[in-house]
Amino acid sequence: MSAALDERLGKPWKKPPLISSPALRWTLLIGTVIYLILAMNSIEVNWSRVYRGLDRGWQFVVAFANPDFTSRAAEIKDGMIESAVMALTSTVVGIAISIPIGLGAARNISILPVYLVCRSIVAVSRALNEIVVAILLVAIFGFGPLAGFLTLSFATIGFLSKLLAEEIEDMDKVQAEAVRATGASWLQRYIYGIHPQVVPRLIGLSIYRLDINFRESAVLGIVGAGGIGATLNTAFDRYEFDTAAAILLVIIAVVMVLEYLSGIIRARVQ
Amino acid sequence: MAISTIDGQKVWQRRDRNTQLRTWALWLVGTAIFMWCWQQISAATTWPFFWDAPRIAADIGGRALPPRWSYMDKLWAPLWDTLNIATLGTVMALMMAVPVAFMAARNTTPSALFVRPIALLIIVSSRSINSLIWALLLVKILGPGVFAGLIAISIRSIGFCAKLLYEAIEEIDEAQVEAITATGASRWQVMAYGIVPQIMPAFAGIAVFRWDINLRESTVLGLVGAGGIGLQLQGSLNTLAWPQVSLILLVILLAVVVSEWVSAKVRGAII
Repeated sequence: MSAALDERLGKPWKKPPLISSPALRWTLLIGTVIYLILAMNSIEVNWSRVYRGLDRGWQFVVAFANPDFTSRAAEIKDGMIESAVMALTSTVVGIAISIPIGLGAARNISILPVYLVCRSIVAVSRALNEIVVAILLVAIFGFGPLAGFLTLSFATIGFLSKLLAEEIEDMDKVQAEAVRATGASWLQRYIYGIHPQVVPRLIGLSIYRLDINFRESAVLGIVGAGGIGATLNTAFDRYEFDTAAAILLVIIAVVMVLEYLSGIIRARVQ
Repeated sequence: MAISTIDGQKVWQRRDRNTQLRTWALWLVGTAIFMWCWQQISAATTWPFFWDAPRIAADIGGRALPPRWSYMDKLWAPLWDTLNIATLGTVMALMMAVPVAFMAARNTTPSALFVRPIALLIIVSSRSINSLIWALLLVKILGPGVFAGLIAISIRSIGFCAKLLYEAIEEIDEAQVEAITATGASRWQVMAYGIVPQIMPAFAGIAVFRWDINLRESTVLGLVGAGGIGLQLQGSLNTLAWPQVSLILLVILLAVVVSEWVSAKVRGAII
């Protein structure tokens, strides 16, 4: 009776595996396990050092409840202004340079040699880490916000041109063709046919990039490229956790305000 | 849109006069702010250094080339450390991000009033502080080394992963969840069979995407003492060993390109 019932019911349902080939599945699984074991073993943890550090960690957490804005108020203010200045100017200059490069990097409106040149500029700018660029520029231009400004402008080009180019590649061709049919020149075609289509996205991305540039400008100071990072670094070096906590709180607050504003602006332009 | 007259003839204008004036006023204010900011930077810059820059750049370039290839022997171990920081950091971040994401998503949060704001706060604070600052802090707490870098990367990644993941959870198809609920499944079963399979592709995509970013970030963590190849970079910079610096930069560039290629391949295979 029960054997017959089992036969009618068949095998119970089982979830199909994520990777269907069993050989590949097991190789991947075993490979991952071996890698994880090797990787874990290569990381040395000095537990006694960690234990001593926990005390300092706790001090830092406590410092957040009791941040010290006053004793280094002048330095924090100057640092924040410098960071904001760097973020703003580099975003403006970065956008101004990215628009032509983005146009050149869009396959549907540019010719092949220009496309290749612009794409390689984008690739180089994206591959280099901001900090690494900042180190080199500090070595070349000396300490100060100019190196930070140049770094952030350079990073903005890679980010914005790539996304702008993708946006142009995805645009509605009909409008651009309609403008072209009126006998418009290349520039007029861009201004009346393409630009209005990408402007909302361009504004949104610019604000997003301003946000990123501000966050980045907070760390560039660690390698000497100006901004609040220098003050933060000094605070950590002196174990002044209450000042460090105050700076971090200011950064978080500014980032949150920027994120909120960018939400409003993006909602309005779209 | 407006019609205006020039020499008694009606011509089409894109915007009416008030809008146009307002636009120009905005541009004027924007330009003024920009000029003020530029003055600030200019005042803080030692311009003789700036005019000297091409010569210095040429000088550094001349010293840095060719890279000291023999130094590569000393780079394999830090490179392995860097890879481990990125990979293990991503794994740890994902393990912590999943519960945070479920608490932050409107449709799965246990309590929209208490738990959701906490989860969102975790996401925001983890995202607004750069991994280098986290590393700076953790080196002070845990001591220099790979471990501090690993924790810095994982803390920094939680916010990113949890944010993308909770957006994916909020976008799931509710019909499937209802179907599972209708079979009398428990809360956990609904999650395992109704929600998880739907967010799996997004999860895998986020993991690989973040791993790629983490590899980039872990290459510079050594600058503040948190292990990896950045430590070698710092050492070479301090001793002005430019041929080593150029080799390290080349290795970093190569690692970033490879990681981008890997992540593009994997994402292509998943999605």
